[in-house]
Amino acid sequence: MNTNKRRFVLASLVSLSIVAVACSDDKTAETTTTPAASSTDAPVVTEAPMKLEATLDASGATFPKTYYEEAIAAFTDANSGVTINYAGGGSGKGRQDLADGIVAFAGTDGTIKDADIAGYKGGEVLYFPTVVAPITVSYNLSGVDGLQLSPTTIAKIFQRQITKWNDAAIAAENSGVTLPDTAITVVHRSDSSGTTGNFTKFLEKSVGKDKGAIWTLGTDSTVQWAADTQAGEGNAGVAQIVKSTDGAIGYVDFSDATDGGLQMAAIENAAGKFVAPSLEGASAAAAGAKIADNLTYSAIWADGDAAYPITAQTWIIAYKVQTDAAKGEALKAFLKFILTDGQTLAPTVNYAPLSADLAAKALAQLDMLQIG
Amino acid sequence: MSSANSTDIATLERGLHASGGSADRAFRSTAYLAGGLVLLVLGLVTYTMVNRSTDAWSHMGLDFFTSRTWNPPEQFYGILSYVFGTVYTACIALAISVPLSLGIALFITQVAPRWLQRTMTYVIDLLAVVPSVVFGLWGVLVLSVHIKGFYKWMSSTFDGVPVLGSVFGPNPQGRSFFTAGIILAVMITPIIVSLSREVIQTTPQNEKEAALALGATRWEMIRGAVLPHSKGGLVGAVMLGLGRAMGETIAVALVIGSATGRIGLNVFAGGNSMPAVITAEWGEADALKKSALIAMAVTLFVMTILVNVIATTVVNRSMKKTRGV
Repeated sequence: MNTNKRRFVLASLVSLSIVAVACSDDKTAETTTTPAASSTDAPVVTEAPMKLEATLDASGATFPKTYYEEAIAAFTDANSGVTINYAGGGSGKGRQDLADGIVAFAGTDGTIKDADIAGYKGGEVLYFPTVVAPITVSYNLSGVDGLQLSPTTIAKIFQRQITKWNDAAIAAENSGVTLPDTAITVVHRSDSSGTTGNFTKFLEKSVGKDKGAIWTLGTDSTVQWAADTQAGEGNAGVAQIVKSTDGAIGYVDFSDATDGGLQMAAIENAAGKFVAPSLEGASAAAAGAKIADNLTYSAIWADGDAAYPITAQTWIIAYKVQTDAAKGEALKAFLKFILTDGQTLAPTVNYAPLSADLAAKALAQLDMLQIG
Repeated sequence: MSSANSTDIATLERGLHASGGSADRAFRSTAYLAGGLVLLVLGLVTYTMVNRSTDAWSHMGLDFFTSRTWNPPEQFYGILSYVFGTVYTACIALAISVPLSLGIALFITQVAPRWLQRTMTYVIDLLAVVPSVVFGLWGVLVLSVHIKGFYKWMSSTFDGVPVLGSVFGPNPQGRSFFTAGIILAVMITPIIVSLSREVIQTTPQNEKEAALALGATRWEMIRGAVLPHSKGGLVGAVMLGLGRAMGETIAVALVIGSATGRIGLNVFAGGNSMPAVITAEWGEADALKKSALIAMAVTLFVMTILVNVIATTVVNRSMKKTRGV
């Protein structure tokens, strides 16, 4: 049933994207003819509707991989000459691969560190935000739905300072709920991951070093979890342990938590409101985030009453100067698709589209790509 | 007549020598090249790894080996708990696998009827070609979920018993040292069985018959004739199994529990091992962490080489002894 629905969505998007590409071709033809006509009197060749022909290799963040795979399928169905291989492997691998010039673009959940910029052989790198998604705090406690947790409580739970579900701190935030005397099992990622990075960043920003130092583990793709916690491989691994362990709590991305049918907690945001994880909450967080000129931003702990506080952002990064014309054109068309019609595809696989404002900025950034 | 004959032989000899000589040379140089290439690759791997791990050595100093704190946000990398996890899981695997493997090998060679021998050998060799990720997935999806009850029973049974009470300790977890040990045991059993089988089969028939003729039972014959003869080879087989267990990566990464800093006797607690940490943390590692992971790989490399060198030495010595050289 699920696949049927997906197929239908896919088919409708394919038809949409064909229209979109046809339109975009008209536009490029227009913009290229005008300056040519004005500057030189060389014969102006109006471009025939261009057939994109290229193979793009890519790697990087696994967090948006499901969405990229959907987008790639829809895009390549409409552009049969283009093949895109998005290999995953993690944000760090994606950035390294782009730096080494072995991929055409990379997916990353984090920005490039200043110290690493010199290592990028192809020069300046452009950021294109693609989608956002909530990271859920999922738990397994039969009979207790809609649990509410503040960052302070989450920090204490994940640092094993709160070890029972009927702890006074949890009860205070959930008046009227009968909490069982079950022991809490904390579940985290066994592999280093951008999801861990974003989850710990949320705790660092809300109750970390500069905010009362309740969270002391810092923020990184791996942190030093207490020894009596459990770990799962990937989001699916964490979801599996949470699902199979009574009293477990862990951080899982929204799509795996939804697929696994996990219970998800509402989290207190920067405005003091408890917000359950949802795509709308994620979009609201992205809209409330401060966006830098190069389109880097953080949607974690963003302002706004409706903002879900653990919202992860992700980018596609590529070199500003594309030396291979065929690949450059294909990349540009693909990014354009992702930022326009591809956005409507996002909710079908549990990702939230960018706010209209951010998508427009990203589209403008696309014009900075130099091809050939 | 005789002179003609001798000339013929001389010609023949010369011909043989000429062609044989060049073939010999070609063969010799190919063999040297192949052998040299192995050493060259090994040398280059070692050089690259040592070279790329220098940052971590100089950043951490001796703490790298003596600390159990692995804290990436603070850029502090100590591998002691991972070394412990590697050795401990390998020991658990051996404790399970060695008696089992020797039993199987003795059964196949001494007890089983011929048709069963062939079937069993075939099935066990088949076990050796199952990819480790298959064992890992089975471990994480089936074994670690269903074995919890058994762990709880063991834990409560041995509660309060000295030594055993801390080995089969409290709060058992599905993903733990012991689960990793079981998976490793399954993986190294075929290796130990097939090597032991071959060693045991080299026991001279007349020694076994002599033992039986003296009125020994089958077990006495095995103990008196077979085991002393093949002791060295069996130790070598076990050591090779140990080397394999220490280097196993993905299957262990999935079931060991991935807890940092754990050093303790409790086999039902989660921990981590060196290869598992390397594969789990490589993807998002920054420069210094990569260096630390490579330094850990160097450590593992040295440990497995030591185990293999010891294994080879033991096997060679026992071979010499049995040949009577």
